[in-house]
Amino acid sequence: MTSVPVSGSAVPASAVRDSAVAGRSGRGARRFNRASRRTVLNLLGVLVALFALFPVLWMISTAFKPPTELYSLTPHPVPLHPTLANFRNVFSGSVIGKSYWNFLKNSLFITIVAVALSSLIGLLAAIALGRFKFRFRTTYLILLLIVQLLPQQALVVSLFIDFRKLNLLDSLVGLIAVYTAFALPVTIWMLRNFAATVPKDLEEAAAIDGAGAWTRFWRILLPLISPGLVSTSVFAFIFAYNEFVFALTFLGTDTAKFTLPLYVQYFYGQNSTDWGAIMASSTLFTIPVLAFFLLTQRRLASGLVAGAVKG
Amino acid sequence: MVTSSQNRPGSPSPAGPTSQGPEPRGRRDTTTRSASSSLGLSFRQRAGTWIRKRGAGPYLLLLPATAVIAALILWPAVQVGLFSFQSYGLMQISGVLPAQWVGWANYSQILHDHEFWVSLRISLYFAVVVVPLTLIVGTLVGLLLERLGPKMRMFVSVSAILAWATPAVSASVIFAWLVSPDGGVADWALEKLPSWLGGGAHWAGYSWTNAALPAYTVLTVMLVWTGFPFIAVTVLAALRTLPSELHEAARVDGAGPWRDFWKVTFPLLRPVFLVLALLSTIWDFGMFTQAYIINGQLGNPDQYNLGLYEYAQAFTQPPHYGLASAAAFVLTVILLIVTVGYIRAAIKQGALA
Repeated sequence: MTSVPVSGSAVPASAVRDSAVAGRSGRGARRFNRASRRTVLNLLGVLVALFALFPVLWMISTAFKPPTELYSLTPHPVPLHPTLANFRNVFSGSVIGKSYWNFLKNSLFITIVAVALSSLIGLLAAIALGRFKFRFRTTYLILLLIVQLLPQQALVVSLFIDFRKLNLLDSLVGLIAVYTAFALPVTIWMLRNFAATVPKDLEEAAAIDGAGAWTRFWRILLPLISPGLVSTSVFAFIFAYNEFVFALTFLGTDTAKFTLPLYVQYFYGQNSTDWGAIMASSTLFTIPVLAFFLLTQRRLASGLVAGAVKG
Repeated sequence: MVTSSQNRPGSPSPAGPTSQGPEPRGRRDTTTRSASSSLGLSFRQRAGTWIRKRGAGPYLLLLPATAVIAALILWPAVQVGLFSFQSYGLMQISGVLPAQWVGWANYSQILHDHEFWVSLRISLYFAVVVVPLTLIVGTLVGLLLERLGPKMRMFVSVSAILAWATPAVSASVIFAWLVSPDGGVADWALEKLPSWLGGGAHWAGYSWTNAALPAYTVLTVMLVWTGFPFIAVTVLAALRTLPSELHEAARVDGAGPWRDFWKVTFPLLRPVFLVLALLSTIWDFGMFTQAYIINGQLGNPDQYNLGLYEYAQAFTQPPHYGLASAAAFVLTVILLIVTVGYIRAAIKQGALA
């Protein structure tokens, strides 16, 4: 679908540039070539942006459409008679019997506790891996990478059986434990780099001035690592907030305990699919994530390359 | 909490190896002066000395993380291996009967199951077709981004990042809506398309999610949509590290953009492409959420990929946890092979430096 316009792009654009470089044509022609090359490139850029944004924009527009427009024979990009009815349904709980707030509360509670725990535990491990040289350090790091890439749906069977025995099914505590564990490898892996970049001299200087280990941790190490803690918390937050497989498996029967991802997809595939309500709840669920991403974009860039987030 | 008690004796450790010398003595007094009882103080001192002498600091700091990971990731992984050799179903999980060791029976049952091979083929399709497609689209967008002006580049890359940041569940319900037989925009657009482009009235009310081929067409577009921004942004970052003289030299020697890419850019970015390809393979081969939602949960076994196949063994009635574990083990082993390749590529790139 998109590959067609995009792949078309490289050739004419650079052909234009080549003729400009060759410089055989007059000055006017060259200026024209440069201008038209820029136009072509910008046009392609707009096409790519449209392809990227279209589904999200369509979701938002659908959320404001009344039923008559939802199922009309000619869909309009912008709702002709925008309505908040879909959102009202989502908040009043007419969709699943519980208000959106209930699921938001579940999701936020699980996510925040899991992020706090994984940050704390991850910080300790990151200090060990970033500030000490010891045997098995490299082995440990490689193991973390492997653990991070283990398929979650392969482990979910085994965890389901364990959690059933431990009475942790249909419980938010079980999910918190799992999210903490699965956020840890990335957290440690990213924080380690931050811990390693704090200069040893700083700590030594503080030690000579009589600062104890505890003081040095609070006054030197922690402030310098905290930007890293923000990044890893963002990753852990997005992971836990978006997570689906474990929530689906562990919270299967008790709809009141559903997290947002479970809630959003619940009514798709049931007998009557209320797309207005699904898109409204999906909008409410997605927009905070996207806003979060835009705000923290720069911080995230470093972690992206490490392949820190699963698709 | 466990972690905080670990934290305290471990806390002298941030000083690292440097603190193993004699100089910490004085400063430890300042740290622990706040401690109320002298008994506690001396215990802490002694513990601190012991930790430092043995070099146990890093291990203590690693203890909580290791315990959590071992209990909730490593042990389940081992247990999947064990279950895969057992007959484990309703009777076993409710404790009526003990689990029975059945040797390789689960594996042989799976390998003789037609649906297993269908699902494996679908997963392989994602590794062999969707991953390269995502890489190509992503690389082309990355090359385009490099040639755009700063404002336009910002606009396009932020739009792309938003696609990438969209949660898998949202993306799945959005695409399900886009291709919905009533009200979906895809069928409407295809119907309006001129017939020489394959459009026409037969698209009206076309159902995309009721059979494997259309469902996986939707999933292909969706995974390209989700995956290309990450590739594009990474490729752009890598492109900007390349010295421009190389391209100029190639151009002076008469290389067109095609040859410039294959002879200059690609060889230099090969390690980046390798890492991206392996990561995408791991994600797409093991895809679950999107396939689960687009295929309408576990309804149609012909539409399972390996992840769905494995999940369905355990979570459709009656449950076969042993069979599911065997399938999960196959899935994990395949992904581990790719992961080993990924780690080797990552190490070569200096990820462990």
